[in-house]
Amino acid sequence: MTAVADAPAQEIGRSRTRKEDQHLITGRTTWTDNIQIAGMLHLAILRSPMAHARIVSIDTTEAAARPGVIAVLTGADVADIQGTVPCAWPVTPDMVNPGHPSLAVTQVNHVGEAVAVVAARSKAEAQDALEAIDVDYEQLDPVLDMEAAVADGATLVHPNTTSNKSFTWAFESGAAGTGAPIEAALADAEVTVHRRFIQQRLIPAFMEPRSTVVEPIGDGVTIHSATQIPHIMRLMMALTLGIPEHKVRVIAPDVGGGFGGKIPVTPEEIITTMVARKLGRPCKFTESRSESIMSAHHGRDQIQDITITAKRDGTVTGLDVHLYADMGAYLRLVTPGVPVLGAFMFNAIYKFPAYRFVCDGVFTTKTPTDAYRGAGRPEATFAIERIMDELAVELGMDPMELRRKNWIKHEEFPFTTVCGLTYDSGNYEAATDKALALIGWDDLRAEQAKRRADNDPVQLGLGISTFTEMCGLAPSRVLGSLSYGAGGWEHAAIRMLPSGKVEVITGASAHGQGHETAFSQIVADRLGVAFEDIEIMHGDTAISHKGLDTYGSRSLAVGGMAIVRAADKVIEKARKIAAHLLEANEDDLEFSGGQFGVKGAPGSTIGIGDIALATFAAHNLPDGVEPSLDSDATYDPENFSFPHGTHLCAVDVDTETGMVTIRKYVCVDDVGTPINPLIVEGQVHGGLAQGIAQALFEEAIYDDNGNLTTGTFIDYTLPSAADLPSFVTDRTETPATSNPLGVKGVGEAGTIASTPAVVNAVIDALRPLGVKDVRMPCTPERVWRAIQEAQA
Amino acid sequence: MTKINLTVDGVSYSDDVEPRTLLVHYLREQLGKVGTVVGCDTSNCGACTVDVDGHSVKSCTLLAVQADGGTVTTIEGLAAADGTLHALQEAFHTCHALQCGYCTPGMIMSARDLLEDNPHPSETEIREGLEGNLCRCTGYQNIVRAVQTAAGASS
Repeated sequence: MTAVADAPAQEIGRSRTRKEDQHLITGRTTWTDNIQIAGMLHLAILRSPMAHARIVSIDTTEAAARPGVIAVLTGADVADIQGTVPCAWPVTPDMVNPGHPSLAVTQVNHVGEAVAVVAARSKAEAQDALEAIDVDYEQLDPVLDMEAAVADGATLVHPNTTSNKSFTWAFESGAAGTGAPIEAALADAEVTVHRRFIQQRLIPAFMEPRSTVVEPIGDGVTIHSATQIPHIMRLMMALTLGIPEHKVRVIAPDVGGGFGGKIPVTPEEIITTMVARKLGRPCKFTESRSESIMSAHHGRDQIQDITITAKRDGTVTGLDVHLYADMGAYLRLVTPGVPVLGAFMFNAIYKFPAYRFVCDGVFTTKTPTDAYRGAGRPEATFAIERIMDELAVELGMDPMELRRKNWIKHEEFPFTTVCGLTYDSGNYEAATDKALALIGWDDLRAEQAKRRADNDPVQLGLGISTFTEMCGLAPSRVLGSLSYGAGGWEHAAIRMLPSGKVEVITGASAHGQGHETAFSQIVADRLGVAFEDIEIMHGDTAISHKGLDTYGSRSLAVGGMAIVRAADKVIEKARKIAAHLLEANEDDLEFSGGQFGVKGAPGSTIGIGDIALATFAAHNLPDGVEPSLDSDATYDPENFSFPHGTHLCAVDVDTETGMVTIRKYVCVDDVGTPINPLIVEGQVHGGLAQGIAQALFEEAIYDDNGNLTTGTFIDYTLPSAADLPSFVTDRTETPATSNPLGVKGVGEAGTIASTPAVVNAVIDALRPLGVKDVRMPCTPERVWRAIQEAQA
Repeated sequence: MTKINLTVDGVSYSDDVEPRTLLVHYLREQLGKVGTVVGCDTSNCGACTVDVDGHSVKSCTLLAVQADGGTVTTIEGLAAADGTLHALQEAFHTCHALQCGYCTPGMIMSARDLLEDNPHPSETEIREGLEGNLCRCTGYQNIVRAVQTAAGASS
């Protein structure tokens, strides 16, 4: 009776093309910058040209008189109301957070920091007025080098602190009771290898610049923003600006990528909200790319001192890690937590008995850092996979043999690591064997030997990365034990409409991932309704009243599970109504393919769509049953999920020019049960591109005065299509046992895995020339210089 | 203010613009053609690519007054009047060549120009032909596949 499409046998596992695409390929998009509201003002922000300076005075008189200008505000004007840009992750009880004004009040601490804001009738008028603001700065010494920053007598970034160290976070397996003491491992080592690796500073570089439109309505406010976190922003904006939470609505419309770069609540969002409320007018702020590059947070930037100990036979006995992690000038939402997330991943897939991790978070006069795709885990994976290669050389072992000897064997799962995490599942052997076969490893090794023997100027290098990661953030209790300010659950709601169509509300907030498609597939299977009959709603706190948003490869493993729970609640209620309508006992009903049937009585069935209509009509419901077929569920994961895989890279390195060319890249990822293989593959491709970009192309560079010299896409070199190869991607499927979908998450895997695979390949090519390391990115100049230095 | 006359996606417009107005800002702010977007300020990313008089152009590098008298096609004018998608739009969808979709309009407009110049490009020719358009999501592989698919469809 209801016009709903037939559900296919199985949606999960189908390479469905995406529901999201139609409006994106035709240009009918809803980017925040598209929004026009009657009476809306446009903001432009004056930014500090200095890395470190005291603000002596700001004169806005001339700017305020410019045509079209409605208001000019400085930090001093809003000092009493602007609060501090929130940090939700005080990683230690004594962590120093000097505070983070959205508009600088007395001092600027990085180039690009917001100093004043102009509100004008047009964007051009706002921009023009910036040049009329006169700021008198008293320059201070920049603080750029992390080790110098924590040395005695260093210039302090913040005058209200006594040191540039924000925190020291430490873990030691002997003390934690999760493994052996590290000191004993270091003392008893037969072989010790130490390396210092540099994780260069990166820029997330989402393609859609950040944009915020704020509409004050009565005593409330609606904030449209290009953000990954509408729910967290609602709470944080309420706490920061003192607006009652129930008066704040946050909408994340189409969001053009994030990669962690749109996780924090930003100064620009707070400024736009303050100005809109102060002036009682809708306001829009959209950043330029140059502004984005210097003021949206950066990622990575660590100095990693890694010591690995082993027996002569290749058994690793301990790993000792010290990090300096650059916080930049301020702590944003999860700035201090990023290196701490990595703490649990340095041991990777291996059974190391002893482990120590110490991280010093350091302030510098650079743009704040925060999450960037992988957030802590790429750094850890790089360090361990690079040093495993170095250890293999030291031991005279094949690098894959060394890995095999130390990794957790398939039959040993579930396995509790030296960090105390329990890996639920994995099959490193299967992924590795498949990857080796796909790339033709033995043939490449033979070719490499020949080219080495021939002194070929173009050398072949082979790189390995056998990685795992922890994602599906996260069990709330674990986050609590790490002092994170929120939980890790996710929410979902399902509303069965009278016509049999289904509305699904998720607290996850997509910005390119394909949630609408993947979540529809899950619901289609669970409820037995057609893929097309399902609408996924998200990204608006008035529709999705609670949620914890999208980051850390959590949307499927946590958000998808919340949807499963919500669907199961719908089925549970529908079962009561079906039993009533079929005049049967609930226990005698079975639910399959969207139909309730009476066991042993074929023909006596009712579809869930008909139950939805009967519930809406409410003419004949069981006593005590409310006339609605809706549900609400919140899922808190019992464990992280642990995707893994084997990535292999073959590079040609021209020893005369230093040019690195990826000849073949093969990866076999195990992300558990794929809901949509097409989307999984797309996520892997994009992840690989970003990880390879760290290995070969990208670096945010500051000069000696603290100026960001890579301030545009001319200098900050995102790879183009011409810079990347086609990848060979494949999968093994070892379902996660920690959730009934068997899913693990795929958003970050490619980025986490690929960087060390590429750099290991570059070093492998150059090893006969005496090269032991090349700092990332391995540009032709760096590679060429490394060769020259090794040969000198 | 300067008067300009031009055709955008089949509709004629006659407007006064500030001489400094970029074509992309004219399209977005005066015509409401927000399908064309801005991704950078140095003409590197190509998100703003449109077709002007038969050639793809980064509309952030052109002043609106320079398009006076011209014919502009944006992503919003690609599909047929009955809604039938252009072969590239269809191929981007079927090949999963977009994720967040922000670069997509520019990428499709550049690919369209590429295929008009070279209807059957090799993978290398596609990669080099799209060098001026950045995508942060896809790693480009499915974009290449989409362009190959669209090229096949038109042969």
